[in-house]
Amino acid sequence: MTEHQLPDYRTLPADVAERMEQIRQREYVLEIDHVGKVFAQKRHQTVALEDIEFGVHRREFVCVVGPSGCGKSTLIRILAGLEETTTGRILVDGKPVNGPGPDRGMVFQKYTLFPWLDVCRNVMFGIEMGGAERAEARRQAMQWLQVVGLEQFATSFPHQLSGGMQQRVAIARALAARPRVLLMDESFSALDAQTRLKMQNYLMEIWRKIDITIVFITHDLDEAIYLADRILVLKPRPGRVEEVIEVPLSRPRRAAQMMSDEFLATKAHLEGLIRSFGDTTEETDEGEDDFTIPLLTLVTDKAE
Amino acid sequence: MQGLAASWRLYGRTDGVSRGVFGVLAVLLPLLAWSAVSYLPFVWHPQVLITDPGGEDYLESGMRMNRADFSRAVSEMQSKNEPVPQGIAANPVYLPSPGEVLTAFVHAFTSSAPTGAEHSITQAFGHSIQIIFWGFLISSLIGVPLGVMCGSLPGLARLVEPSVDFFRYLPAPAFGALAVAILGIYDAPKIAIIVIGTLFQQILVIANTTRKLDFALIEASRTLGAKGLKLLFRVVIPGILPDLYRDQRILLGWAWTYLIVAELIGTSSGITWFITQQARYQHFDNVYAAMAIIGIAGLGTDMVLGLLGRRFFAWKREIDG
Repeated sequence: MTEHQLPDYRTLPADVAERMEQIRQREYVLEIDHVGKVFAQKRHQTVALEDIEFGVHRREFVCVVGPSGCGKSTLIRILAGLEETTTGRILVDGKPVNGPGPDRGMVFQKYTLFPWLDVCRNVMFGIEMGGAERAEARRQAMQWLQVVGLEQFATSFPHQLSGGMQQRVAIARALAARPRVLLMDESFSALDAQTRLKMQNYLMEIWRKIDITIVFITHDLDEAIYLADRILVLKPRPGRVEEVIEVPLSRPRRAAQMMSDEFLATKAHLEGLIRSFGDTTEETDEGEDDFTIPLLTLVTDKAE
Repeated sequence: MQGLAASWRLYGRTDGVSRGVFGVLAVLLPLLAWSAVSYLPFVWHPQVLITDPGGEDYLESGMRMNRADFSRAVSEMQSKNEPVPQGIAANPVYLPSPGEVLTAFVHAFTSSAPTGAEHSITQAFGHSIQIIFWGFLISSLIGVPLGVMCGSLPGLARLVEPSVDFFRYLPAPAFGALAVAILGIYDAPKIAIIVIGTLFQQILVIANTTRKLDFALIEASRTLGAKGLKLLFRVVIPGILPDLYRDQRILLGWAWTYLIVAELIGTSSGITWFITQQARYQHFDNVYAAMAIIGIAGLGTDMVLGLLGRRFFAWKREIDG
């Protein structure tokens, strides 16, 4: 590590500052209005989220990060309407929403394509739910498959595709229902590193081309910084907004930016934040705390 | 050879050749054992079939007796200097040889003259098939929709499943007298017994299958705007269809089990009546032929249904491996 002073992650380059100003002027597509969530178990209650207050502007790319157990998955499930809030409400385009709906598309961590439908019929699903005719749905679905570059796999079945391709179809399926917001719940975390980087670039490419707002949950800090305009950092127990970071990276983003000073400064700050939350789960030890392993076998040579 | 060895390891893999070999052996080995017992006199043959009673009064030709008793009769006649009874080593009457059963089996399909009402195997079997068909159809028409609804509507499940679980434990034969009292003595009570025997299992099994559908698929379809009947018909039913099909195959087996009970109530009929009747006359070749027909019909339908299922639900097989 060279002795080299990293810049403050809060100083935005001129082009990024201008872009953030533009974004701020756009209306809110998705508002999280004092949302709280309490899971009531038999004896005690667990506060998963407490008073979350946040607004996502139109065509903004927001990432949510936080240590495991901070309630980020609960948050996105609430946004999708799959989980109910205990207090507060969710607004889409200024109107409160109840339950899941096609205005908030979701791409899950698990592969959730319908295994009995071919790729094209999977993408058609949301369009047909919206009441479109079969032929019209097929036409639109093929366009969406073109967007994700999989039109030649239209008649394949999900199990015949790789994980990355399945998630691309899942993105096409979610977008085809014409949502206002695309919610992504650790959608790339099951993929290997190279595929994940490719998918991140795909996603930003798609996002550039169409009018969509993205909320992306991840535990991968690199991914969050690489993708997001703003990063929402949640702190655990109870889940609260710790900080909202404006990412000081210009667009279009390229993998080379991951080595830039701005990137490293942001990452160092995020890592520090997350470490400061301490050990969040009883079983896992994510910090670099010392622990000694007893000598179990007679070791005569040293590994390092 | 490698495949054969690997087939005997726990969770080992088999190849096509060894699967074929085991498949042939599965049929051949029991047949060989049966033939050995039937045609090799030294294997078992505990009795003697009398061909000539000789001087013994109580013997008749065609009679079977234990070897010990026969040799006592022989030595008795020898000491009296009377004609010695003749006989050949034989198996008990309840174990006919494969050849005899095969003859009865072929005869069942070739003889055109039934000896009285429902006396041929084929007629009896045809009647049984009808009972099974109507019983299983009626049971499925109620059980499949109700099971799917119980699996997808927690409220309905709470309402229906406890009482279904109660009735499931009442043995179907217990309803026999009631069914006859209400529905008369002909086919209706028999069909009712099949329905009672399968329906309650069917509701619970299919409700469980429906509940086991990957919940992530339901959630995904909800975020795409699916709800209500669209969710049911576009996601739930296609998603559970392969497992539902497999459940129906297993339940069809249950229906066959209850056939025995069903055919003995009211006026006895069908293959069960044929078997009990033939057993009474000690025509065990016919009994085994009838059993073989049931087994072959059951195995045959199941294999055909299995093949069709693999054709229909290719996606499921690919996922499950």
